[in-house]
Amino acid sequence: MTETTMNIENAHPLDKWVTPEIAARNDRIEIRPVALEIKQLHKSFEHKGKVNKVLNGIDFTTHKREFICVVGPSGCGKSTLARLVAGLEQKESGHILVEGKEVTEPGPDRGMVFQSYSLFPWMSVKQNVMFGLTQAGMARNTAEAEALQWIDLVGLSKFVDAYPHQLSGGMKQRVAIIRALANQPKILLMDEPFAALDPKNRLKMQQYLLEIWRNIDITIFFITHDLDEAIYLADRILVLDANPGRVKEVVKVPLPRPRADDTLLTEEFLATKAYLESLVHPPETEEEESMEDKLSMVRMVPVNAEVPDIY
Amino acid sequence: MAIFPKSWTTPRVELDKASKIWLTIASFAIPLLLWSLVSYVPFLWHPDIKVTDPGNVSYFREGTLVKKEIFEREVDKRLAIKGENPANIPQGIPANPVYLPAPHEVALAMYTAFTTPPKRFNEPWLHQSLWHSVQIIFWGFFWSMVFGVPLGILAGTYDSASRIIEPFTEFFRYLPAPAFGALAVAILGIYDAPKIAIIFIGTFFQMVLIVATTTRKLNMALVEAALTLGCKGKSLIRRVILPGVLPDLFRDMRILLGWAWTYLIVAELIGTSSGITWFITQQARYKNFDNVFAAILMIGILGIVTDMILAKLGKRMFPWHNAG
Repeated sequence: MTETTMNIENAHPLDKWVTPEIAARNDRIEIRPVALEIKQLHKSFEHKGKVNKVLNGIDFTTHKREFICVVGPSGCGKSTLARLVAGLEQKESGHILVEGKEVTEPGPDRGMVFQSYSLFPWMSVKQNVMFGLTQAGMARNTAEAEALQWIDLVGLSKFVDAYPHQLSGGMKQRVAIIRALANQPKILLMDEPFAALDPKNRLKMQQYLLEIWRNIDITIFFITHDLDEAIYLADRILVLDANPGRVKEVVKVPLPRPRADDTLLTEEFLATKAYLESLVHPPETEEEESMEDKLSMVRMVPVNAEVPDIY
Repeated sequence: MAIFPKSWTTPRVELDKASKIWLTIASFAIPLLLWSLVSYVPFLWHPDIKVTDPGNVSYFREGTLVKKEIFEREVDKRLAIKGENPANIPQGIPANPVYLPAPHEVALAMYTAFTTPPKRFNEPWLHQSLWHSVQIIFWGFFWSMVFGVPLGILAGTYDSASRIIEPFTEFFRYLPAPAFGALAVAILGIYDAPKIAIIFIGTFFQMVLIVATTTRKLNMALVEAALTLGCKGKSLIRRVILPGVLPDLFRDMRILLGWAWTYLIVAELIGTSSGITWFITQQARYKNFDNVFAAILMIGILGIVTDMILAKLGKRMFPWHNAG
């Protein structure tokens, strides 16, 4: 605290919320081994002969058991970044290293949870969770026992033999998460997994996810466009700039762990959100946009109408 | 109150149960009603006269069908003779041509066609003919599936496979299967093999393309999820793609099986005529058109019953499909 107040010139606006406990925890994270290293990552897509640069020289490092959220305006390539780490897209140049190993193709060491429920509809919950395990060559009995433990962990024991179409959206995503985690990946990639859920269920799922993360050796790389979600979940937030996507800033979330139930209402939370807002939607451009977007609407209600004005 | 419930004229709205049943019945009842009207109402069409009393016309027999003009000419000839014996004037009733039997005649033929022994002792009974046709369809379609489904799935999964398989298939499917009849006989002989080959040619190329399209429609997220779970190559096809497309594949096969039936008639005409087609041509030669209609109807019934069974089976086998 004293340090930051001394050189107030280049102080970060969020520094005043960083308590010694939070600072100490951040320091502890930084000395952990590196889980994911992204170096000078470039990616372009070609569409009808036009080359569109999506990611332009991304550099980013995460440590083990860190919770990273990626936010940014639409078109900043945050989903592409997750898909590149998963190996579902091929990079143009640069490096993606997971625990020192270069990523070349999809593999079970990087689990992924998609926004669209990607459970196999012809398999029961248990069979879905067992999928990766048996694929890795585990015997059926062992895989089944393990799957049942995972299902129990997320409270779906009653739905072991249910099929995905019989589950709610939140339940489906819980199964998708444990299906990925059962493979014991080094990183769990999540591409806007809760975007399709209603607010109440989303909050519940966020709490579930934090609980799972706390109890399992997993680094989470979570893509979202919801700033509340990012702040609530992340240790650090990777803010991307759009067109082309590059790192704008990496924000350390100045909130204590575990998150309190009323975290979303605290001053530090709101300050962080305001700061992120200014990064993701810089105020000047927003004004320009809103001027352009203003509708050129003509009054079409007669003055003597039953309800002449809505105000 | 309106004649129709409102739901009948609302786009894409599911009907109530009673409406569904009524409309399904009407779907069959309306054509049947039209057929009955033409058959049983004497002043509708009826271009011929069925002779009931030949009079003294030498070439009339009781029961022969003659054109109305010819009949009237013969009647007029006799009316022109003064004091002609009334018994010499032929009598007759309006009738439809021999090729349009009435519903009840066809219904009767549906039964008698099975009970009437063949004209010659070495000819097959109707049920034998039908069974022969079913076997031709089965084997033709079976071989189509053995080769068509794997190729289609490959083409739908890998772009490279699609490039090497689909362009030629696309070309070949425009070649009409019956055009290969003579060739098939030259290569495969005159019995069942060339017939099976025609069914195969008629369905195989379509099947490859349809299966490829169906496979491509599989939700990409499922494939990607499988990849991130360490599943790839052969096991990806076996564990994810095949079960994923199976319900749609099943529906495709139902549609294609219908195509196989349409090729059957041509297939059975090449080489030695056989099966239900042999029965139809034979009966047409004897002018037993009630039997011809009955045989055609039997193909229709066999087709729709198979399809209904397969549809029910599909619902039972793939309960997750189109649910929720």
